[in-house]
Amino acid sequence: METFNILQHYWWALISLLGAILVFLMFVQGGQSLLFGTARNKSDRTLILNTFGHKWELTFTTLVTFGGAAFAAYPLFYSTSFGGAFWLWMSILLLFVLQAVSYEYRGKIDNLLGARTYEIFLFLNGTLGCLLLGVAVGMFFTGGAFTIDKMNLTDTSNPIISEWALPTKGLEAIFVPFNLLLGIGVFLAARTLGLLYAITYIDEPDFVKRCNTELKITGIVFVLGFVAILIYLSMLTGLQAHADGTFTPVAHKFFFNFVELGWPIAVLLIGVIGVLTGLIRSFLGKEKYNFYITGIGVILAVWPLLICAGFNDTAYFASTVSPEDSLSLANSSSSQFTLTVMTYASLAIPFVIAYIVYVWRALTQKKISTQTFQSKESETY
Amino acid sequence: MDFLSLTDASRLQFAMTAMFHWIFVPLTLGLGFIIAFMETIYVKTGDEFWKRATKYWMKLFAVNFAIGVATGIILEFEFGTNWSNYSWFVGDIFGAPLAIEGIFAFFMESTFFAIMYFGWDKVSKKAHLVSTWLTAFGTNLSAVWILIANAWMQYPVGMKFNLDTARNEMVDFWAVVSSPVAINKIIHTVANGYTLASVVVIGVCGWYLLKKRNFDFSIKSMKVASIFGLISLLVVIATGDKSAYQVAQIQPMKLAAMEGLYEGRECAPLVAIGILNPDKNIHNEEPPYLFEFSIPYALSYLAGHELNAFVPGINDLLKDFPEKQAKGKLAIKSLQAYTEAKNTGDTANAAIHKTTLEENFKYFGYGYLEKPEDAVPNVPIVFYAFRIMVILGSFFIVFFLINLWLTKKQQYPQWWLMLTILSIPLIYICSQSGWIVAEVGRQPWTIQDLLPVNAAISGNEASNVITTIILFFSLFTVLLIAELKIMFKIIKQGPETIE
Repeated sequence: METFNILQHYWWALISLLGAILVFLMFVQGGQSLLFGTARNKSDRTLILNTFGHKWELTFTTLVTFGGAAFAAYPLFYSTSFGGAFWLWMSILLLFVLQAVSYEYRGKIDNLLGARTYEIFLFLNGTLGCLLLGVAVGMFFTGGAFTIDKMNLTDTSNPIISEWALPTKGLEAIFVPFNLLLGIGVFLAARTLGLLYAITYIDEPDFVKRCNTELKITGIVFVLGFVAILIYLSMLTGLQAHADGTFTPVAHKFFFNFVELGWPIAVLLIGVIGVLTGLIRSFLGKEKYNFYITGIGVILAVWPLLICAGFNDTAYFASTVSPEDSLSLANSSSSQFTLTVMTYASLAIPFVIAYIVYVWRALTQKKISTQTFQSKESETY
Repeated sequence: MDFLSLTDASRLQFAMTAMFHWIFVPLTLGLGFIIAFMETIYVKTGDEFWKRATKYWMKLFAVNFAIGVATGIILEFEFGTNWSNYSWFVGDIFGAPLAIEGIFAFFMESTFFAIMYFGWDKVSKKAHLVSTWLTAFGTNLSAVWILIANAWMQYPVGMKFNLDTARNEMVDFWAVVSSPVAINKIIHTVANGYTLASVVVIGVCGWYLLKKRNFDFSIKSMKVASIFGLISLLVVIATGDKSAYQVAQIQPMKLAAMEGLYEGRECAPLVAIGILNPDKNIHNEEPPYLFEFSIPYALSYLAGHELNAFVPGINDLLKDFPEKQAKGKLAIKSLQAYTEAKNTGDTANAAIHKTTLEENFKYFGYGYLEKPEDAVPNVPIVFYAFRIMVILGSFFIVFFLINLWLTKKQQYPQWWLMLTILSIPLIYICSQSGWIVAEVGRQPWTIQDLLPVNAAISGNEASNVITTIILFFSLFTVLLIAELKIMFKIIKQGPETIE
């Protein structure tokens, strides 16, 4: 494998890992989805916000970095997907803007819209935000209605290189069954992890009991949903990218990617075992580590899915209207020089992870209860 | 919704988002360090007063931080949603600083923000102090990478056009990050943030003193802010001077627009105050100003660091427009011809077209412009924004000096305290004007001389963009009002509520 090819795969692996970590960190969104239904009163809602509120920036930052890395490593994907699926991405951004301010504003006096409105914003981010992000990720497998012609640059009256063929500009992706299933899967993963986090870090027996009851349903539905996603994925037809720049459809392409690459199956299996172990332990009443076991399981289960979207000469963003314009790792990446520079920058990631772990541990040493808010030493939401 | 073209709608949306973002970011940049200074004094002296002061300003920081983050994410993704051609044409270079910003800076600020805000009783005093400094450092580092990216758009270096991929590719990372324009822009913009935060602190304290409350807190905070603000403003002015010199060298059209200068001259005066003639354009001989008060030789000195330096005007710079346009069109045609020749295996012709393109690539972007006025930014906006920035900047030197003197005396006349409050909106106007000069002044270029805005857009309907402009403008406005109400409430409650 030549260096450029290795770098293209390295960056796809890294962005995929970032995507998988993002799904894990969306336990914050899962927590927000508990604001209505699981939470019975204002005190419960304050409890939820202060439990998950220390972590929302981490999810947000991961999303921003995911975007930045995609821009830097695969600029043609960035320009085609964001420029084309305009409404889908704008909807996702809107939901994340609402989240960013709501934690900070909700508990403040004179916050203009009232606490309830900010709680609704957070709930929308925790439900629709997960769903739409899942739909957007689903397009890695089902593609989008775009065309690309770089030579349009030479048409000075209309130099646009990427066009989206449908006026719905990405909203149509919501109605693609696989995308929708993946969106629901992301939501279920987030909510399952949110419940596990709440069970681990909240010290209010009544509330935790409700979370445990809900986990038994949500967790099982999540596992069944994930199995459905795997089955559906294995039936999908993908595009094989050839060295001459052409693409041909291959039935069960993603299934074959798993089989031909091999190692993603092993990672997926470890991930699934992790998810099941964490859930079963929780069902059996064991309290400790379930969130982390399931969380790492989710990362390891999602990562190989994204790997198989791009590895093994696959079109990771197929054009449904003009297959020859589809995007593969080879035809959409940055130059070898840029990928090399970025690779050096990525060496700092372990250091970043190390200080995140330190901060995480520092902020989760004690369980949170309504008593916590009586301490005036630190800020609360 | 045909009242705006897709290009103008895309510009308006980006400008709106950037201006909202820039309301919150400078305060975060400066307040982060002011908080860190105060906490350092607390840790060193053990004086609880400084802890209360730190926590009080931290409250304002947090409210501001959240909405800054919210508006920031939209900006990053708008490069894709609104400027997809741009994202391809220069994504190989421009994307890297954004990704590195995420890895190095954004994670740092958002991670340690959690300790800074929630960790008073969870980590040791020293660990908390380090977290506060890292949050301040992270927010500033974040700005550094964004400004490197911005500076590169105005002064594209360290790259080469690749005909096979039809895009620009990075060939020298250090040239991108260490470009003189980037370094100057970073210092100028970040120091502007410090100045703004200092004025906000002084204004808030001025309000307390006017209300005859929190005397000790206000005097001490004012002292820190006056010193910090004055030093920062001197840095802003020094780098502003250098920035004007750089603009004269690399974006002379921007300088001409800043001055409303249509005909170039030697020993050019700088218009200190003036009113532009609205009937003036590049095609007529109308006088450029209805009224002007100028400083002799000042523009020549600013632009060339010599009293008799020649400063080109808009018409001088447009004289060679037809030639640049022809070269730009030739470069674009050569790209097409190169690709066709390559596809048919005609390597000899491909080589000829490649050479032609490389010889004319410097003017590539001019090939997308139709007429000379397309190369001219909106003169009135740039002219007046520049004057507002400079006049207010000058006012703030006097402001900091007087405030420092009054703080030493610990006696403030009532009118002065009212002026400190009025200074808060003035510093925001000053700061926004600076961005308007920088960004409107470089129009029509997204990448100087290489890609104008009309060739950088996404394939979208103007109505879609206009709808999202309305949506986000309404949302941001509501959130801004909410932010202001919350901040006013915190200010009104005062530092005495901090335990």
